[in-house]
Amino acid sequence: MTYVIAGSCIKDDVCIEVCPVDCIHPKPGDPDFETAEQLYIDPEICIDCDACVEVCPVDAIFADHETPSKYDYALDLNAQFFAERAASP
Amino acid sequence: MSASGPRPRVAIVGAGPAGAFAAAHLLAGTGGPEVDLFERLPTPWGLLRGGVAPDHHEIKRLDRSFDRDVLDRPHCRFFGNVEVGTDISHSDLVRHYTAVVYAIGAQTDKSLGIPGEDLPGSLPATDFVGWYNGHPDRRELAPDLSGERAVVIGNGNVAADVARMLTLDAGELERTDVADHALEALRQSSIAEVVVLGRRGPAQAAFTSAELRELGHLDGVDLRIDPAEVELDPVSEEWLASEGTFTARRNLELLREFADRAPGPDATRRIELRFLRSPVEVLGSARVEGVKVRPNRIERDDDGSLRARPLDEEPEMIECGLLLRSVGYQAVPLPDVPFDERRYVLPNQLGRVFDPSSGETVPGVYAVGWIKRGPTGILGTNKRDAQETVACLEKDLEAGVLARPANPRREQIDGLLAETVPQMVTAEGWRSIDELERERGLREERPRVKLASLEELLSAGDTR
Ligand SMILES: Cc1cc2nc3c(=O)[nH]c(=O)nc-3n(C[C@H](O)[C@H](O)[C@H](O)COP(=O)(O)OP(=O)(O)OC[C@H]3O[C@@H](n4cnc5c(N)ncnc54)[C@H](O)[C@@H]3O)c2cc1C
Ligand SMILES: NC(=O)c1ccc[n+]([C@@H]2O[C@H](COP(=O)([O-])OP(=O)(O)OC[C@H]3O[C@@H](n4cnc5c(N)ncnc54)[C@H](OP(=O)(O)O)[C@@H]3O)[C@@H](O)[C@H]2O)c1
Ligand code: SF4
Ligand code: SF4
Repeated sequence: MTYVIAGSCIKDDVCIEVCPVDCIHPKPGDPDFETAEQLYIDPEICIDCDACVEVCPVDAIFADHETPSKYDYALDLNAQFFAERAASP
Repeated sequence: MSASGPRPRVAIVGAGPAGAFAAAHLLAGTGGPEVDLFERLPTPWGLLRGGVAPDHHEIKRLDRSFDRDVLDRPHCRFFGNVEVGTDISHSDLVRHYTAVVYAIGAQTDKSLGIPGEDLPGSLPATDFVGWYNGHPDRRELAPDLSGERAVVIGNGNVAADVARMLTLDAGELERTDVADHALEALRQSSIAEVVVLGRRGPAQAAFTSAELRELGHLDGVDLRIDPAEVELDPVSEEWLASEGTFTARRNLELLREFADRAPGPDATRRIELRFLRSPVEVLGSARVEGVKVRPNRIERDDDGSLRARPLDEEPEMIECGLLLRSVGYQAVPLPDVPFDERRYVLPNQLGRVFDPSSGETVPGVYAVGWIKRGPTGILGTNKRDAQETVACLEKDLEAGVLARPANPRREQIDGLLAETVPQMVTAEGWRSIDELERERGLREERPRVKLASLEELLSAGDTR
């Protein structure tokens, strides 16, 4: 299981501040931060603690099995962000 | 900040997201300044209320955080229906506050500069967006939706928003906080096709992939893209491989997926995306009848950027009854406040406004949000931007470089406002507007039903 961020994220970084395992990226200052349209959760690291859900002001974060169907794509998209990031030089 | 003496007082002009984030930062601690938030409308939150599309209601929920972190804080006051530059001047503010933070956004549209642009039926997306979101200044817009085809110029998220709003199923619209006058007009709309034109190619489209994906999944709407349109030229191919962003790669995948899809059997409306086309003339005698577009190709400029260059081919005519140009917002200067005429922002360094002729900082005057950095960036961008501006302001307060204003007491500004603004809306006034709108919404199973005229807003916000 993991948590995922959907496309309604407004990138206000509130979730980054509370994540205990630092698995939400990119972070302000990262080279890919400015061009990122939203933040993503690394499914390999997320411990499903729910802390980010509590603070997200626009309810953009879901447990993967509770993601509304219109955000079906989000699980793969979040994983893909980290896969491509790891592959880039 | 010094523990003794009265708190310094800060005026923030513009209660949009940037003004709200700046206020929230200033009000977060316990020893911070007093903040007065000036807003020309009776309602706060700028484009969150008047820009963000009604069907994006999750995003609109950010207003709860703004209410909590700004207006519900002690030491914060809201002065709605007060336009700085008209009702009260910049020098009035300087006389009454230790610091003034401009957060006025970009109030008008960028024009295309082509013949026929001002024909009836040719509108800036800015106006159309304000109209469907119940901005009181746009209530009378009455866009003509009787034609079959609309053309949208531009490939940004605002273009995606307006294309979606023109095609969204009425059943879905009815569940949003779209202004009632727009809901009625959109229900009656004859528009069956929206053609969206990008001057550059699919790899350079400014849509976020979230907005593009949405366009491809609307009930009853076919998203059409000619497969030939999403084949990349060598320059774009090279760019995508070397410098392309995660979003650009997703956009291209989505565009190709949509281009390969068979048309939906039940679709009653269409959105068509076309690339590498620039409008050269708006056609029509008494009103818009069509738009002449010219094909482009992508070229790399000396500075490395990818530009659209016109091809030497005959322009093509696209018939339409409505033309929305969605090529960006533009800021308007304020009397007596420095303005950068080339970049359309307040000239500033990290948010400290300076006089461009002398290069000297104007002490105690700051900028934040779209008026500081230009009309781009999503909501959260303004939060980091506000942190930067507020850090400068707090540093200046601490260093004692800001002069004490001539009339530093609250009662002094209150007296002036009582004289010059007969119908000011306070935080309490906004709460009663908000409550009334939400209550009306509850009855119709909508997030809120907006009061969309100045008279209604002022009367609901009158708590005297
Ligand atoms: C159509 C549209 C849709 C958008 N959708 C999204 C989205 O879904 N998600 C997202 O993250 N971002 C979205 N954005 C971006 C986001 O809205 C902006 O980043 C943000 O609103 C900019 O904030 P601002 O405070 O600088 O400007 P604004 O929001 O424009 O606020 C400026 C405020 O100042 C007031 N004002 C202006 N002049 C004066 C004056 N002289 N005196 C007093 N008050 C004055 C205005 O009335 C307004 O309230 C959208 C933008 C647009 C245009
Ligand atoms: N859901 C959301 O998150 C959301 C929704 C709405 C808005 N926003 C944000 O708000 C900001 C403003 O959005 P926006 O759509 O107004 O601006 P934008 O993203 O800057 O897009 C402007 C578009 O207009 C085009 N353009 C500019 N001048 C043109 C001309 N003369 N002829 C033809 N095309 C021209 C640009 O093309 P070029 O690229 O070729 O210059 C670009 O495609 C953006 O940061 C956007 O992301 C976000
Ligand atoms: S659920 Fe917990 S671990 Fe997972 S992203 Fe959210 S805060 Fe981090
Ligand atoms: S808290 Fe929500 S909106 Fe803010 S960055 Fe995180 S996911 Fe995005």
